[in-house]
Amino acid sequence: METVLTTHLADDRYRRIDGYRGSGGYEALRKAVSMPRESIVEEVRKANLRGRGGAGFPAGVKWGFLPKDFSRPRVLVVNADEGEPGTFKDRLILTRGPHLLVEGIAITCYALAIHSAYIYIRGEYVLEARILEEAVAEAYAAGFLGKDLLGSGFDLDVTVHRGAGAYICGEETSTINSLEGKRGWPRLKPPFPASVGAFGLPTLVNNVETLADVPWIVANGGERFAALGCEKNGGTRLVGVSGPVERPGVYELPANVNLRDVIYDIAGGLRGGKPLKAVIPGGSSTPVLRAEEIDVTFDIESMAKIGTMAGTSGVIVIPEGTCMVRALSVLMNFYAHESCGQCSPCREGTGWLRKITGRIEAGEGRPGDVELILDLCDNMMGRTICALADAAAMPAQSFIWKFREEFDRHIAERKCPFGNSF
Amino acid sequence: MPNLTIDGLAVGVPEGTTILAAAKQVGIHIPHYCYHTHLSIAGNCRMCLVEVEKFPKLQTACSTVVTEGMVVRTDTEKVRKAVTGVLEFLLIHHPIDCPICDQAGECGLQDYYMVYGLHRSRYALEDKVHKKKVQDIGGQIVLDAERCILCSRCVRFLDEVTGTRELNFFQRGDHSEISIFPGRPLDNNYTGNLADICPVGALTSKDFRFKCRVWLLKGVESICTGCARGCNIAAHFKGDILYRYKPRVNDAVNRAWMCDFGRLEYKKANDARLLAPFVREGGREKSASWGAIVPQVALELSRAVEREGADAVAVIASPQSSNEELYLVRRIAADRLGTKNLAFTHRTPGDGFSDDLLVLADKNPNSRGAKLLGIPDGEAFDALIGKIAAGRIRALLLFGNVLGAFTEGETAGLLSKVPFIAQVGTNTGPVSKAAHAVLPSASFAERGGTFTNHAGRVQRFHAGFPPRGKAKNVIELLCDLANGLGADWTFTGERSVFRALSETETPFRGMTYESVGAFGQEAAR
Repeated sequence: METVLTTHLADDRYRRIDGYRGSGGYEALRKAVSMPRESIVEEVRKANLRGRGGAGFPAGVKWGFLPKDFSRPRVLVVNADEGEPGTFKDRLILTRGPHLLVEGIAITCYALAIHSAYIYIRGEYVLEARILEEAVAEAYAAGFLGKDLLGSGFDLDVTVHRGAGAYICGEETSTINSLEGKRGWPRLKPPFPASVGAFGLPTLVNNVETLADVPWIVANGGERFAALGCEKNGGTRLVGVSGPVERPGVYELPANVNLRDVIYDIAGGLRGGKPLKAVIPGGSSTPVLRAEEIDVTFDIESMAKIGTMAGTSGVIVIPEGTCMVRALSVLMNFYAHESCGQCSPCREGTGWLRKITGRIEAGEGRPGDVELILDLCDNMMGRTICALADAAAMPAQSFIWKFREEFDRHIAERKCPFGNSF
Repeated sequence: MPNLTIDGLAVGVPEGTTILAAAKQVGIHIPHYCYHTHLSIAGNCRMCLVEVEKFPKLQTACSTVVTEGMVVRTDTEKVRKAVTGVLEFLLIHHPIDCPICDQAGECGLQDYYMVYGLHRSRYALEDKVHKKKVQDIGGQIVLDAERCILCSRCVRFLDEVTGTRELNFFQRGDHSEISIFPGRPLDNNYTGNLADICPVGALTSKDFRFKCRVWLLKGVESICTGCARGCNIAAHFKGDILYRYKPRVNDAVNRAWMCDFGRLEYKKANDARLLAPFVREGGREKSASWGAIVPQVALELSRAVEREGADAVAVIASPQSSNEELYLVRRIAADRLGTKNLAFTHRTPGDGFSDDLLVLADKNPNSRGAKLLGIPDGEAFDALIGKIAAGRIRALLLFGNVLGAFTEGETAGLLSKVPFIAQVGTNTGPVSKAAHAVLPSASFAERGGTFTNHAGRVQRFHAGFPPRGKAKNVIELLCDLANGLGADWTFTGERSVFRALSETETPFRGMTYESVGAFGQEAAR
């Protein structure tokens, strides 16, 4: 299979600019600055590239939302706040191929006449931020960033901005607020970032992987990139597999890969041949699948058809013997901790879900608790400014729908039937 | 001008109108907490969710701008469940301490619970998150973080109106709370407004705290007398005691706000009142009846004119008086006493403080009105004081309880030069301590009339209750005095006086109480 991102990532030299250039790096940028801007955008549109941050919004369309007039400066915000539990794909690019991102930023900014790019990287990515800063400095020194890059007459400044460790700051309008030095609260939309974003300017927010795909698209053409994927999603995807599998890690896979193959073939199946119980397919907020549901193409549309999401492609493998109530309780702790507190349903709902799931797991569940969880989820979903309430409610609902008997047993037996399963 | 239907009612609204505002136009109240007419849109309380055709999700009415042909429903089962659900979320951590909460009776949580709630709590008492209560955060405000629903109105007010940004959100999730920064209490002139805009009992007024249950209060539309801005207010009282002011919305004057100094001006109607007429004989106060004191004052004044000439008699008017009262005062001076010694001053002890939002240096509500009615200020006042100091004034009619910016000692010294002083005033002060006849007048809450603010806007204030004690309405008192001096005035109430002055006084010509209306009218320049 042809790879876009991971071809050279095993090579340590690829981290530094010389190694990267030795493998053809920055040639796409050189090509880009000789192209008319519109043709770069056209290639990305033809590439059928969909945002890799989880929502899967077509990148070309998003680029097109920026205003057509250039009266105000525009800003690129690179979302490197990778915070969705189970997701660690961007980290691979940041640590093993940071110049893929830097080159992608340079091409994107050139194509869209953006002179300021901010890479918002999550606070916990300390090492990653250091590597990235080094890469940005190397690119400046080599003339790929800064004033008159590659003699094109185009100026571009790239700033690495570290977050302070809040999940919500990965929501694009929170990212912008946080970048501006404000509390990381999602913004009410409209206006959308494309018209009023960072510092009040038209802003494009793209995920690390999305931008890292851009050099390959420019070098090899959008159509070739599109051909690597499926009808509605071009190119390859980085898939992270975690849980007790033989070979956990990040894999670059075609969009039409089967989820069962991801787990049993690519990741080598469950350690010690343990039976599979459940899979959270696309990061912790995506609805859980039972073991018998995983024979499905791991792309955006197929996953939607069975009521879940490809999300960030962070596949979490859950083996038989795991207490699903406890697993949900762990997730609910996370969302209650990370709710920014702005919207009433999320602020109060996530904390309430945490308490109910916690008490069921502790053997203190009350009759009616399961129905209560479902009703609260209904009162939370789609009722808030951003999707964090949905992100908490979706696992809660799906865990109950798929594993209802475990919740009922906890309440009826007044204890966790699994004992300590972690 | 887009047209839409809300619950089947068709309405056309100006471009840019939100669903919430459009609904208000057709009399549909959409519940809300974070939305405030005079603050930016936050859209975070989520109470105003409505169904909009073609939108898969419920939309916030406060932030959604109306488009042509929009079909909005606020009365469906889906909306009701959503609103009830949000209200339940807002209530789960509420301490339910309504019996000791000042907000009870005017609380958004209570009001909407009666409409959308009425549910039994599904939340265990022991699960409630406890936060700090009774926090003195500075200014006029006490914060109870447990009662807070985190609507962010206060945070936006301090960001957008005062620009001082003392309050912000701290923590996350259901531990979120608003607070000041450590060691940085509220520090602006408008803190009292925080209690007004707080839809619940989280921010309450230190001054009003535990004073009175709000349902026992009555309100009357009034004008703040604290400075020349003329902020529109509601004066809240029980019996003949004022308890608080609340600003009324008037975008031409004070928008929805008032300052902290003005907010406490109500105390002047309660405290240190002159409640019965008295005369001072041989340095001792002796109570007098209205029937005796007014003729006595008239006699002393006319006797002074007869014996010493009109230039030996003077009238010092007060910019705390209404236009109507000042008009009558001027006529008494000019027509009855025939003296040119008539002046006022806007100066008061300790005046001069101002800011760039509402507070003006002139601490009187009607200096502009006095000037427009031809009563001189400045040099004329100084000249009159000069005459008093020189002993040339033998009888003085004085309004108010202070004499300009003079200290109590200076006032006493000056007034000792005048053989007869009659004072018309509401409160005790240096003047009432020196006057030979004290005629107590009704407070601003006990009488009606108009003030003309610094910008020339004529605004009405209304009587909430009858004058306390034996205090008298100034118009009635002035009529009695003028008639004692030979006039035949038949004015009954402020309206009849305003009608008369609007016929003769150019700046007010053609004005009526109807044309002044609820929001005032600018006097001609």
